[in-house]
Amino acid sequence: MRQDIRDRSRDLLRDDKLQDNLRRALGHTLDRRAALVAENPGWAELRDRARDLRDESLRRLPELRAQVERQVRGRGGGFHFCRDAAEARARVIEILDRAGAVEVVKGKSMVSEEIALNAALEARGIAVFEGDLGELIVQLRGERPAHITAPALHLDRRQIAALFRRALGQDVDDDPVRLAAAARRFLRPHFLGADAGITGANFVVAESGSVVLVENESNIRLATTLPRLHIAITGIEKLVPRLADLAPLLALLPVSATGQKASAAVSILGGPRPSGEDDGPREFHLVLVDNGRQALISDPILRPALRCIRCGACLNVCPVFQRIGGHGYGAIYPGPIGVVLARALLGRSDGAHAFACSLCGACDEICPVQVPLSRLILEVRRRAQQDAGVTAERMAHAAFAEMAQWPRLFKMALAASRAAIRWWPRWFSTSLTGGWTDLRAWPRPRRDGELRRRTGSGAT
Amino acid sequence: MAGPRIALFIPCFVEALAPATAGNLRRLCDRLALDWYQPREQTCCGQPSFNAGFWREAARCAAKFLTDFADADAVVAPSASCVAMVRRYVELAALSSEQRAAAIEIGRRTHEICSYLVDVLRIVDVGASYHGAVAYHDACHALRGLGIREQPRALLRHVRGLDLRELPGGPQCCGFGGTFSVKYPEISASMADARLAALEATGTATLVSTDLSCLQHLGGRAERRGQPFIGFHVVDLLAAQGPV
Repeated sequence: MRQDIRDRSRDLLRDDKLQDNLRRALGHTLDRRAALVAENPGWAELRDRARDLRDESLRRLPELRAQVERQVRGRGGGFHFCRDAAEARARVIEILDRAGAVEVVKGKSMVSEEIALNAALEARGIAVFEGDLGELIVQLRGERPAHITAPALHLDRRQIAALFRRALGQDVDDDPVRLAAAARRFLRPHFLGADAGITGANFVVAESGSVVLVENESNIRLATTLPRLHIAITGIEKLVPRLADLAPLLALLPVSATGQKASAAVSILGGPRPSGEDDGPREFHLVLVDNGRQALISDPILRPALRCIRCGACLNVCPVFQRIGGHGYGAIYPGPIGVVLARALLGRSDGAHAFACSLCGACDEICPVQVPLSRLILEVRRRAQQDAGVTAERMAHAAFAEMAQWPRLFKMALAASRAAIRWWPRWFSTSLTGGWTDLRAWPRPRRDGELRRRTGSGAT
Repeated sequence: MAGPRIALFIPCFVEALAPATAGNLRRLCDRLALDWYQPREQTCCGQPSFNAGFWREAARCAAKFLTDFADADAVVAPSASCVAMVRRYVELAALSSEQRAAAIEIGRRTHEICSYLVDVLRIVDVGASYHGAVAYHDACHALRGLGIREQPRALLRHVRGLDLRELPGGPQCCGFGGTFSVKYPEISASMADARLAALEATGTATLVSTDLSCLQHLGGRAERRGQPFIGFHVVDLLAAQGPV
């Protein structure tokens, strides 16, 4: 099994600045979320409705896909279904080429990260500008997002100010308002001059063929209205049957994602500008990407992962994510939900990600659509061990299971281990268990005399 | 005695590392006049293999457990994570359909000790006394796996002389996680450090929990940090009858 997450975690844990940034950013979000959930007596019921809705969508996906295709085409938009990342990249490039587009502004989109769209566009000579502040920051740093909804949460404003001075040549201090103004000064000409806007989609409504986008910075509004071409690219699982379904989903999403009751803007976009009207792009395309999703839907156990609405709450609450951030995982989908998505959509099968989890279950509790995350993580572990075949670890567990069939032998082994642990020297246990005993003493049989003295009991 | 016949399920690591806690559980049961026995053939519930992804191996342990505890009216254990494991046996595909049916039955009858006392027997005062301050650590498998939050606190509040304190920051994972602490020892230790800092802030060095695995892990880390630490199972304190 690859040890890359462990290697990175050592450096990340020693980075005091990063630890501080993660703690502060995630702590604020979780506190705000908790306060909003506490004041909403209908939260549990909302979660049930949202789960049922997402399951309905997954069940009816082929039908909803046909419906959205009719709707989008009926209004003069382009509809594209792409089986994998390569096909999706090629299709987007084809659309841009046909429109003669050489400059693109983007709204934040995890699917575009999943299919590595920016690199493909740049290789084609197309200039790409991320319009979301966090995404712009990681783009300027040459990094990938550290979180699915808060791409730059690993940085604080001083680091961002230094970046803007260096990369944008702007003389800014670390005041957040002035930092946002600096980003705006840099981006505004690109919003005005770009040939195309590329966004993701939080949801796609089948009955109306509309693309729903949730944001706080209104950069998506600019990217979808100013350029003459708008391409929305997202996973097929983001389909929902009805406009009314948005009510529970939009109530859960901002609370879970950022601890906001509502986001600053929700756009429900219907396609290209109708003739005789002044607003909207002249050309619109919806690109739905499969890239492993159909296989996941057919998977009886892992399927609920596709209920996910990408709020990132499971990342925020995960004690491992809180310590290593998204970059620690080395996958664009990190944290609990990333265990399934990285395997199913990014082809990461080594299981390293699935074992970077203490099975604490905090993710199960927070997920707004009730993805049974820790159950799915156990399943990915099981499959990873199955794929790994006969390993020393499997042999050890097989030997243990065999020994457990023989109570007398088992009890003797327990007694022997009790004695060994009590007496063996530290260098021996360290060499036996690697890093484990460097960082913590080997568990010792408790001194029963101590227990007796302190509690007046404990005799066995 | 007319009450149910209770089989004590003593997890293997309790047997290995804290046999006194098993003894305290028996003393407590005697004091409450419970009709208990300890099946001698019991070994391991299979949780380590289950969590590590080796479900066939876990199923072998599960099959043995289902035989060993088949006759009990109730199965009671001083560990939430082992009880949570037993309640998940039904997910093991390697078990036969009869075994899975038995797993559902036995899962219903299997209880963590605090939950058994409070939820089933409706006892909160077990007549214990302990002089001192302790902080309570919510083990994840107790809190989220079995929904145990108030039961151990209620029992501890009724221990005469005991000053129960809460860890600041609310429930947080200690970072043990079995195989996780072996594969990612640095992240695991960082999680332990956060819990130990919370313990320090309560002004007591004594931590009590439903699960000794959390306490062993935290105790080992505290030793490396040079921080005073005493870990008690809830049962140790419920059995205690020290001077107040």
